[in-house]
Amino acid sequence: MSNRYASNFRGFDYLQLDEQLTTEQKLIRDSIRNWVTQSVVPIIEDCAERNEFPKQLIKELGKIGAFGPHIPTEYGGGGLDAISYGLIMQELERGDSGIRSCASVQSSLVMYPIWKFGSEEQKKNYLPKLASGEYLGSFGLTEPNHGSDPASMETKLIQRNGKYYLSGAKMWITNAPMCDIAVVWAKNEVGHVVGCIVERGMPGFTTPSIQGKWSLRASITGELIFDAVEIPESHILPHAKGLKAPLSCLSSARFGIACGALGAAMDCLHHAIEYSKERTQFGKPLAAFQLTQKKLAEMLTDLTKAQLLSLQLGKLHIEGKITPAQISMGKRNNVEMALRIARECRQICGAMGISQDFPFMRHAMNLESVITYEGTHEVHLLITGMDITGINAFE
Amino acid sequence: MSKLASHFLINKNKFMKFLVCISLVPDTTTKISFVDNDTKFNNDKVQWILNPYDEWYALVRALELKEANGGNVTVVNVGPAENDQVIRKALAIGADDAIRIDVTGDADSFAIASEIAAVAKSGGYDMILLGKETINYNGSNLGGMLAELIDLPFISYASKLDVAGNTATIERDIEGGKEVLTADVPFVISCAKGMAEARIPNMKGIMSAKTKPLNVVAPQGVGSLTSVVKYELPPAKSACKMISADHPEELIRLLHEEAKMI
Ligand SMILES: Cc1cc2nc3c(=O)[nH]c(=O)nc-3n(C[C@H](O)[C@H](O)[C@H](O)COP(=O)(O)OP(=O)(O)OC[C@H]3O[C@@H](n4cnc5c(N)ncnc54)[C@H](O)[C@@H]3O)c2cc1C
Repeated sequence: MSNRYASNFRGFDYLQLDEQLTTEQKLIRDSIRNWVTQSVVPIIEDCAERNEFPKQLIKELGKIGAFGPHIPTEYGGGGLDAISYGLIMQELERGDSGIRSCASVQSSLVMYPIWKFGSEEQKKNYLPKLASGEYLGSFGLTEPNHGSDPASMETKLIQRNGKYYLSGAKMWITNAPMCDIAVVWAKNEVGHVVGCIVERGMPGFTTPSIQGKWSLRASITGELIFDAVEIPESHILPHAKGLKAPLSCLSSARFGIACGALGAAMDCLHHAIEYSKERTQFGKPLAAFQLTQKKLAEMLTDLTKAQLLSLQLGKLHIEGKITPAQISMGKRNNVEMALRIARECRQICGAMGISQDFPFMRHAMNLESVITYEGTHEVHLLITGMDITGINAFE
Repeated sequence: MSKLASHFLINKNKFMKFLVCISLVPDTTTKISFVDNDTKFNNDKVQWILNPYDEWYALVRALELKEANGGNVTVVNVGPAENDQVIRKALAIGADDAIRIDVTGDADSFAIASEIAAVAKSGGYDMILLGKETINYNGSNLGGMLAELIDLPFISYASKLDVAGNTATIERDIEGGKEVLTADVPFVISCAKGMAEARIPNMKGIMSAKTKPLNVVAPQGVGSLTSVVKYELPPAKSACKMISADHPEELIRLLHEEAKMI
């Protein structure tokens, strides 16, 4: 089943922000938009209902250039700037947060750390395969007992008799049950955070899936379990030192999420506007009632503000001036905006709004994960709070 | 004999030069309106896209033939500098280079065909492809006029195109069936549905398009032979009436008395 008004989706650009984009950036956005309309929209409600990731899209995502767009071309990436990366995420999330999550994890949480902290050999070996979709990756930071507080992680990478062994478990890991490799963060003998690449098939490594999610149902989430998995030294990321290594990956991914949320919001708003113009009650279209117009006008205003935030974050990123706290503000604001818009659009469409003819429920349910992962809504607030007061309120 | 030469002999394939004519049309969601006493199309806030018949069928088939047999694909557009953005999309999809004939004012099919003819004559192309029509004016004039101006055969509304050596085999959908014909290059061909599958440009294509040549050439200045007197919008769609399946006589009555169709 495909969402009713998906084919005439053209995005929103109330403040003519398109004028600030290059020809290439616009072409990139439009290409991904067309691909989503063609390949994601027609199947996504069904995938979400059946709780299945559309595996056939992995290679397509590689082909279209959604894996590692910001990784240099010499390693198979797209060599694109941050704004292009953000636009790709926006359009993917217009389709579904689960599809965007898959591309975010692959690009920012698997390819990025290998590119940033890996050896030349690791980069040459893994990055082109990840870029093409031949390999799918996952990122293991969160543990059953440590979510918002990853510094307390228990997973260990310990050297014994000249060999490295990984022991512990990661939880809530996107792509885990179908990943070919996992970038895993663990503590060494002296308690420093280190990163390593675990390959499927290594003895002692299993990836059970997590069932019963009401959110991101078209994305597969699971556990990574390491029962004294022997890790060759060539699989340890040589330049990753301390917790700031995984946190820098999260900064890259969070920027993508701040942009991605725009896509989910736009999809909802587009459907609500179209339906409210068509549906009549009391002899006139829903869109003719002041209450509906207030909702639509306020949503477009909020969306436009969020677009400005994303665009400025993209510019700062390109200029190398962006700070993690600025990204936190963007992720927090935009995801909450999208979630609110999804719920309000659902309401505008009455009973139809809860059906699979419309994308609202799927987006709203998805965004409940998005507002939690990559730093919860509360954690990002505390980051901003710390940035403006200089006082850490986490502990 | 070099490896390359023997390859060409075996496949009887020829390195071909393709010219694909591309025009810009308003995005299908555009709200159409007119200005200047309904004599001019209102360009304000219009999102322009490549004419789908040019893009999906003519360009993509030219690219497929080039990929199979070797060759070079040039796209040509007649229009102002604002068109460059959309022309870049054709380069992103895979065309090797582009020519824009810098015409800024209004131009009818004859003026456009004359401008393209000048480029086509000097370029030595083996095949000139274009869409069967544009989705805004639906004129289908250009191909025939262009072929006449450069003295080449014209094949219209082709739905299949294959080449072996110098000879192309073409299928055309005709009333109630298909026509299959052959033609030696060079020729002009207009392309319809079935010819190829639309391609979405990938990131590599988009980034490489940035540096592909887009040559701007001065127009010949051939004038139009026609001028628009008036545009009119179709009458607004009237509301839909639902008639219960249990009352077919009511449908007959309405068709007869109200719609006056039977
Ligand atoms: C679908 C999905 C996919 C995921 N994918 C991945 C992945 O690929 N890789 C990965 O490593 N992780 C992944 N995660 C995990 C995600 O990053 C964590 O869920 C998130 O960091 C929050 O951790 P937690 O769930 O343990 O919540 P907790 O840390 O237990 O927090 C519970 C609540 O308490 C609040 N809270 C916690 N600490 C504070 C504090 N100091 N002050 C105020 N409030 C606080 C939180 O904001 C939250 O509301 C995924 C999660 C989901 C739902």
